[in-house]
Amino acid sequence: MQSGRVCLREALEAHFFRGEFSVFIKMQFMLLFSRQGKLRLQKWYVPLSDKEKKKITRELVQTVLARKPKMCSFLEWRDLKIVYKRYASLYFCCAIEDQDNELITLEIIHRYVELLDKYFGSVCELDIIFNFEKAYFILDEFLLGGEAQETSKKNVLKAIEQADLLQENIDFQMRLFSGVMVPNMVSESSGLFQTS
Amino acid sequence: MPAVSKGDGMRGLAVFISDIRNCKSKEAEIKRINKELANIRSKFKGDKALDGYSKKKYVCKLLFIFLLGHDIDFGHMEAVNLLSSNKYTEKQIGYLFISVLVNSNSDLIRLINNGIKNDLASRNPTFMNLALHCIANVGSREMAEAFASQIPSILVAGDTMDSVKQSAALCLLRLNRMCPDLVPMGEWTARVVHLLNDQHLGVVTAATSLITNLAQKSPDDFKTAVALSVARLSRIVTSAAIDLQDYTYYFVAAPWLSVKLLRLLQCYPPPEDAALRSRLTECLETILNKAQEPPKSKKVQHSNAKNAILFEAISLIILYDSEPTLLVRACNQLGQFLQHRETNLRYLALESMCTLASSEFSHEAVKTHIDTVINALKTERDVSVRQRAVDLLYAMCDRSNAKQIVAEMLSYLETADYSIREEIVLKVAILAEKYAVDYTWYVDTILNLIRMAGDHVSEEVWYRVIQIVINRDEVQGYAAKTVFEVGRKLIPYQLKACGGYILGEFGNLIAGDSRSSPLVQFNLLHSKFHLCSVPTRALLLSAYIKFINLFPEIKTTIQDVLRSDSQLRNADVELQQRAVEYLRLSSIASTDILATVLEEMPPFPERESSILAKLKKKKGPGGHLPDIDDARRNVNGSTESSENAEASKKGSAHPFTDLLNVSSPPPATNSLLVDVFSDISKPAALEVCEENFSRFVCKNNGVIYEDQLLQIGLKSEYRQNLGRIYVFYGNKTSTQFVCFSSSVTSQDTLTPPQLNVHSKTVDPVIEGGAQVQQIINIECLSDFTDAPVLDISFRYGGTLQNIGVKLPVMLNKFFQPTEMTSQDFFQRWKQLGAPQQEVQKIFKAQHPMDTEVTKAKIIGFGAALLEGVDPNPTNFVGAGVIHTKSTQVGCLLRLEPNPQAEMYRLTLRTSRESVSQRLCDLLSEQF
Repeated sequence: MQSGRVCLREALEAHFFRGEFSVFIKMQFMLLFSRQGKLRLQKWYVPLSDKEKKKITRELVQTVLARKPKMCSFLEWRDLKIVYKRYASLYFCCAIEDQDNELITLEIIHRYVELLDKYFGSVCELDIIFNFEKAYFILDEFLLGGEAQETSKKNVLKAIEQADLLQENIDFQMRLFSGVMVPNMVSESSGLFQTS
Repeated sequence: MPAVSKGDGMRGLAVFISDIRNCKSKEAEIKRINKELANIRSKFKGDKALDGYSKKKYVCKLLFIFLLGHDIDFGHMEAVNLLSSNKYTEKQIGYLFISVLVNSNSDLIRLINNGIKNDLASRNPTFMNLALHCIANVGSREMAEAFASQIPSILVAGDTMDSVKQSAALCLLRLNRMCPDLVPMGEWTARVVHLLNDQHLGVVTAATSLITNLAQKSPDDFKTAVALSVARLSRIVTSAAIDLQDYTYYFVAAPWLSVKLLRLLQCYPPPEDAALRSRLTECLETILNKAQEPPKSKKVQHSNAKNAILFEAISLIILYDSEPTLLVRACNQLGQFLQHRETNLRYLALESMCTLASSEFSHEAVKTHIDTVINALKTERDVSVRQRAVDLLYAMCDRSNAKQIVAEMLSYLETADYSIREEIVLKVAILAEKYAVDYTWYVDTILNLIRMAGDHVSEEVWYRVIQIVINRDEVQGYAAKTVFEVGRKLIPYQLKACGGYILGEFGNLIAGDSRSSPLVQFNLLHSKFHLCSVPTRALLLSAYIKFINLFPEIKTTIQDVLRSDSQLRNADVELQQRAVEYLRLSSIASTDILATVLEEMPPFPERESSILAKLKKKKGPGGHLPDIDDARRNVNGSTESSENAEASKKGSAHPFTDLLNVSSPPPATNSLLVDVFSDISKPAALEVCEENFSRFVCKNNGVIYEDQLLQIGLKSEYRQNLGRIYVFYGNKTSTQFVCFSSSVTSQDTLTPPQLNVHSKTVDPVIEGGAQVQQIINIECLSDFTDAPVLDISFRYGGTLQNIGVKLPVMLNKFFQPTEMTSQDFFQRWKQLGAPQQEVQKIFKAQHPMDTEVTKAKIIGFGAALLEGVDPNPTNFVGAGVIHTKSTQVGCLLRLEPNPQAEMYRLTLRTSRESVSQRLCDLLSEQF
């Protein structure tokens, strides 16, 4: 609540050509992090320095983790609005402009989780840890520049599968992990849809 | 689908990730990562050429390490190489690395652009999509320059695949946001609009976002989009849910597209064409009707999607503000949501009603929900929801319910969360002032407010009370009596200061009563004097000297107090000076002179409420705080005029409400009284000029800022951790600048101060053509990144000018050069070998690669240039020590030019990671 703090918008506007055009960006970034505060995926739709990104992530993870269940899924944070939802051990968290539609953002999160779930087959946090690159590819097919690009589940998965088919011959097909390989994975391997 | 065969089998990556996860401690993890980094580095530097698979694997590992939160400073070139691989997965990983790790001003962009160009030309839709995604993700200016003209043609070409069209649309959107000047409008724009008619709903979804964005830039070019969007929306809302197949989401037809279409319509005024308009009204009515239908599914996704459309429709209805029936229906719908069991809906309903409250058609309808909203304030468990309730109460407040709302907000204040207290205080203060029917209520409310929320009351609030009391004869006696009454209890210092001021001015009005005789008043003020803060004590001393004028009978008592050692020899200069001067004044001046000097304050000039300014500032430029005055200007005209009528009936020269009038400019005359409250009416956001900032990295003198009015030159000198800057302000005009002030603010107030900056005050007047000088002293406390900002404001020909200039105070200014031998240098170089101590950057030369210039720059940077140390004579090495108050940091640097490639490699090694990083960033921009 300190006045005089550098707000994100100012930091952002510094990147743009001064005053000529308004900065109107729907989704500014999306973060996935675990209940322990570990960042699992980050997607930035605005140009920020690594330092700023780290600072934002740190603050936001703290803020969201401190909230109790059953609280409202939206909160004002700096001059942005945060829309978040927890699926099992993972928090999905989007920052949107103040005037944007919160509910549709909440469903963007849900559709993304559905896409992951369908692709990985009952997705859990471990899938996202070990196949983080896939999580990124799916996100890019679904959202581009912070806007919904293709909202049909079928079409997104089709695009990803086509890409998978383009893979060169793989010498070894292997399970990337098995249930007993990693200790301390009870929560991370629970399906995101189970406890939501 | 099986979870396992999906990966492309990078076994090493999976093993590495498992290793990291098995690490028992942070140290073990860092150790493992450093081992891996060393391994990858040696592979990349090794003689043996890596195959694509290994390159991909290592790049992927680097990416993973980066995502764990570690810095990655190599591997970019290998990732760029992957772009030209003809194996899809290699290309894909290359693009991913670039999207995540390359920021928009990287030096590699040109190489990346080359890869993108080839893929765009490949006519392979999968490759084209990867390339378009990369442009959309990185979105740098150089990319825009290279592709902004090509992408529109991909977008509208007849033979482009649908999925490519979608990517192209959103890619163009990103470029248009970043560099609107580079996206040319043209013949293609008309064809883009027709994508709203496309058969493929995915294409329509992507195109709608693009068109919305372009329409904001040039509304006229996209006018036809209105009719097309209405048609499309109409088809969606009337379709049976299953018609749209996979675009139906939990029984809701195309929710994302619907929301986007409604958003696009918000760029334009209501359609003038009657048929079109009625069709749109039908759509909006259908959406409102659907909210009343029983849900088709119990899943929250169903209701969220449905309500997302509903809220967007309500936003459009509110924006049009022309259909009373729709507005009232919207209000009723929101009223239902106010009591919904979903917290999210209650939150959104409160938020949305805030805007409805400002429409003349729905203001009354919103007011009917006052009890529900007050109840929300009392019972909601989530502070974000309570905050919304406060906002709504503020927005729905008018003369009829002001007393109730102010009372409720005051009582909520006692239990309110600390995070929102200050804001509530400001809101109460504004409402109390705006809707005061009688001043006694106003004074009671504000003093109550100050008493209850002492620590959260900013100075503006009690400044404002004083302004109003001084300007209103009829309230002065009451105010004096009330502060006196309240003052007998335990009170916060704000009230003490406020009380001191008011009694000093108007204590005589209540002195007739023996219970508040002059001496009693004085004793009341003076009790606990020693516990007050310095500014409060200063203010009280002024009240005492005013008492000497008002009540000559207690003159000696007051003089005794002024004379005491704790005043006359006070360690604080300001207090001591006041005590000395006031004592002297009271002893030598005649009663007449005293009466003139200490006369009652004249009325303050009418000006914007400093509280309102403060509230606006808190909300920031983008805040959606409903501005009561703005919002009601054309809406509640009747109320406003009746207020004025009441005010004039009272025979007051200044209508009370005018004090709050936001639109009237501050008075142009500069009186001393205004200065009491100066710096409050400053605009909230100041643009900071840093144009010339980087030119000062390697030099200390020059012109930092220049416009038509003002030129600012700098001369600076640094020694160890201290610096002094002479700032010269030159008035380029022939007219004088008045109220000139300049001060230094630190950009980041969140962290403990890293710099200590003191600026001397400057003469408030600069004559035409004249120059004044200001001295700024700087002490570097610890290593820092953000430079302080010079805030300058002055009046030129009646208008207030505000300029912010980033002062070129960089970490390297506190460099002391160190000479050393080759042997010493390499010994220390090795000692600083830990990965976090080294920062390396490879970058393209921005200037001709001239050896002498480079040498001069390194010396200018502050390091000693060590000749004959590096075995390769074309390389430059330097050494120095950064001095801060807390520590000294030894720094070694090495710059390796590669004239063939026109590239440099800069390596910094210091004992501190943040120092290495900052110095590397600063120096690398200089070549």
